[in-house]
Amino acid sequence: MLPKWLRVERIVRLAFAFALALSSHALAEGPQTNTHILSPVSTPATQIYQLSLFIIEITGAIFVVVAGLLTFVIIRFRERSGDDQSEPAQVYGSNQVELAWTVIPVLIVVVLFLTTARVIFAIQDAPMPQAALEVTSVGHQFWWEYRYPKQGLVGQDFVAVNELHVPLSSADHPTPTYIKLLSADVVHSFWVPQLMGKIDLIPNHPNDMWIDPLQPGIYLGQCAQFCGVQHANMLLRVYVDSPERFAAWAANQARPAVQDPSVAAGRHVFETQACMNCHVVRGTVATGRFGPDLTHLASRDTLASGMIPNTRDNLRAWIKNPDAFKPGCLMPAMQLTDEQIDQVTNYLETLK
Amino acid sequence: MADQTLPIHGALDLTPPRESQHTLLDILHDWVITVDHKKLGLMYMMMAIFFLLVAGAEAICIRIQLAVPNNHFISPQTFNRLFTMHGTTMVFLVGMPLVFAWANYIVPLQIGARDMAFPRLNAFSFWLTFLGGIFLYYSFIGGPGLYGTGSAPDVTWWAYAPLTAKAFSPGHATDYWALALIVTGFGTIGGGINIMATVLSMRCKGMTLMRMPLFTWLMFVNGAFVLIVITPLTAAQVMLLIDRYLGGHFFDTQAGGSATVWMHFFWIFGHPEVYVLVFPAFAIASEVIQVFSRKAIFGYPAMVAAVVGIAFVSLGVWAHHMFTIGMTSAGNAFFVLSTSLVGIPTGIKIFNWLATMWGGKIRFATPMLFCTAFLFQFLCAGLTGIMLSVAPWDWQLHSSYFVIAHFHYVLVGAIVFNVFAGIYYWFPKATGRMMSETLGKWHFWLFFIGFHVTFDTMHFVGFEGMPRWIYTYPADRGWQHLNLVVSIGGVIQAIAVLLFAYNLIWSLFKGKIAGNDPWDAWTLEWATSSPPPIYNFATDPVVRSRRPLWDLKHPEDPDWKYD
Ligand code: HEC
Ligand SMILES: [Cu+2]
Ligand SMILES: [Cu+2]
Repeated sequence: MLPKWLRVERIVRLAFAFALALSSHALAEGPQTNTHILSPVSTPATQIYQLSLFIIEITGAIFVVVAGLLTFVIIRFRERSGDDQSEPAQVYGSNQVELAWTVIPVLIVVVLFLTTARVIFAIQDAPMPQAALEVTSVGHQFWWEYRYPKQGLVGQDFVAVNELHVPLSSADHPTPTYIKLLSADVVHSFWVPQLMGKIDLIPNHPNDMWIDPLQPGIYLGQCAQFCGVQHANMLLRVYVDSPERFAAWAANQARPAVQDPSVAAGRHVFETQACMNCHVVRGTVATGRFGPDLTHLASRDTLASGMIPNTRDNLRAWIKNPDAFKPGCLMPAMQLTDEQIDQVTNYLETLK
Repeated sequence: MADQTLPIHGALDLTPPRESQHTLLDILHDWVITVDHKKLGLMYMMMAIFFLLVAGAEAICIRIQLAVPNNHFISPQTFNRLFTMHGTTMVFLVGMPLVFAWANYIVPLQIGARDMAFPRLNAFSFWLTFLGGIFLYYSFIGGPGLYGTGSAPDVTWWAYAPLTAKAFSPGHATDYWALALIVTGFGTIGGGINIMATVLSMRCKGMTLMRMPLFTWLMFVNGAFVLIVITPLTAAQVMLLIDRYLGGHFFDTQAGGSATVWMHFFWIFGHPEVYVLVFPAFAIASEVIQVFSRKAIFGYPAMVAAVVGIAFVSLGVWAHHMFTIGMTSAGNAFFVLSTSLVGIPTGIKIFNWLATMWGGKIRFATPMLFCTAFLFQFLCAGLTGIMLSVAPWDWQLHSSYFVIAHFHYVLVGAIVFNVFAGIYYWFPKATGRMMSETLGKWHFWLFFIGFHVTFDTMHFVGFEGMPRWIYTYPADRGWQHLNLVVSIGGVIQAIAVLLFAYNLIWSLFKGKIAGNDPWDAWTLEWATSSPPPIYNFATDPVVRSRRPLWDLKHPEDPDWKYD
């Protein structure tokens, strides 16, 4: 065993304390989570993290040995000014030495492979427990759709958008979430570093992954496979709620849209313009599937896939001209009059 | 000693007979119609340096945009085009021409031949490669097509389906991209065949395969290797064009096509491609390290075996670029194993280079500085490569800035460093003049520092979870500080490269006269004059060992005694 101060975990943590310090102000302002791959809060991410420490240990040792040799060679064998002009002794090779530095790497490879394979199987082939929540995530250019079928904490199936809610899991009562990954158009990739590595969403090629967040919070990530002009703003937000809060959230999402007669004008605009061809508002005639479901738009914290806070001003500006925020996104500016925009905004704000 | 002509049998001590070249047009005409391997080698080199500057400028734009969060320096569309062009250019219009620049110029000289086996095919291959470059950059003009949609390609250099389908990439940008790759691909295949034929059939008397300089060995393996590697890429491009224009459905997922088939085709090319690009770097290192350590290469047979081994194993590892696409656990485990196997022959190479330096008298002239830095950086790149080969960790690291850092360690830290080493080393042979050592040292240290500022930092950006391909990022992620550092390093590197370009031009006119053998080297190219005459050697040289010039300079202790 190495002395304590030399343990890799400590060194790694120190190195990242540096990086973390640099980004500390982000941590102070935003949610108490980050996008770092070295601060896991879910079992698969933790398993990866532990494996990565072991790999850093091995590669670090190789680095020290080889870089040390190189440094030694550079210093010891460089030509000195006082040297005579003679050539050094010529050595053409040595079978024993060469055999040694072939066999040692072979052994390292064996060790690496076995430890890695163990983690691959542990994560990929983990059996799904009874209590698991199943969600289907569908990637769209440039937003996320989440389908919750009826099950356990979900009384009735519904579709949520951009903000994925999952129940908190715990070591004694694991309630992991199994996410099935599909794509409606091109290849995307689901990556929330604190919860799990990334897995791609590929059309015609369903994938799956699982997470079991062990701390409540809002976890951030983003699409990790280039998927078009607004790939950079296809952000991910995962809300980890206590089971009660999750159940309450799910119950609300499952309800059809709020019907508020005071915003009938806005609803009229929405249903007579092309909005309804692209958006669903459950319980109304708006059944378009091209864009995000707006049934509970007002219950979300953000707009446009986590890009901007869901405030009245932002919502209004978004409807007026989505390109102003997300140039190249697939929602057109509808050329509504200011009055119509106000009315629609009023309407959408009631969709709690 | 440097200036004396060596009395090797067959070497010329004449400066080349120069025809009178009166006008610029004459000179240009001479270069355009040439089938001489040296001129073609230099043309490949000039093409590579030109596109290096272009793609470097693209990288600088990218870095300016990312230096601060929420930047509006360039639009998202432009950003996406720039990184697509940067990647495509660096691989196909810089890296590949460099392979053939070295192979063309050096291999015939090293094996005592008068030219490549097929001089006309050689010229044809160069012009195809060049034409491919024109196609790619013509996309800026021709890409919009009739409907004004887009300009240069913006699909990343992986061009994953179905983003490249007509539905998602209208206009012609993607077509020019595919066409450019097909055409340069044919150029590459021509070049590969030529190198193989040259090495197999044009070696001078006495030069058995196991007496070839390691440089030539690496180029020979590479020549064979590209034939296998380029083919799937070309096939995939043809399928893509069929999809786009003839209603094919290979990759059209809306019609039941497969996105993963493209990935397999692309990476079965893409992984070995890295080795195609890195073999010339190995080749250069193998020469420079010997000469500047004043020692014969350690373990020559093992070095040859290692290269063949790397080439072979690297054909079975491609899906380590696809750990995130949802392969079975057994599939993932298989590619972990095959990938880590590459580490064994690679380790042998590093150790043998070190052993060559061990016990030597190392002269740190500019070429050796670059090669020493290469050894260090290649070691680091290998170790981060091991990290990426660990599939579960790759689920985190894949497509993050960690990967960008890793492969720039290979492409810049290993390849570009050695390309610089090679240029400083062989420039005197090609031009008859030395490059300025003072500027060379400045170039080295600036580039070395800039490189590490940029790419060391980038690993940490990856750990912080920043994905590649994003034109902007929110301030609340905390990525801005490190990104600024990365960008500053980029500027330092750019200054170093401009210094290098200046050194090239200055030395061409003002450099010290080099003589035939300025480095006191041992392979045949140093036996002829600098620059070599049109047919290299007046009569065919005869060799008895791997280091013919060593034998001549040390008759008391020649290599052939130990052969
Ligand atoms: C052509 C289809 C289309 C039409 C028509 C359309 N939208 Fe959209 N809408 C989209 C798409 C696609 C998005 C997702 C954009 C993104 O985040 O990249 C979107 C996003 C939104 C959002 C943000 C949703 C969220 O949770 O982030 C709102 C609000 C919205 N649209 C309202 C409207 C209104 C109001 C109209 C009519 C005036 C309208 N849309 C018309 C396609 C459309
Ligand atoms: Cu995406
Ligand atoms: Cu690879």
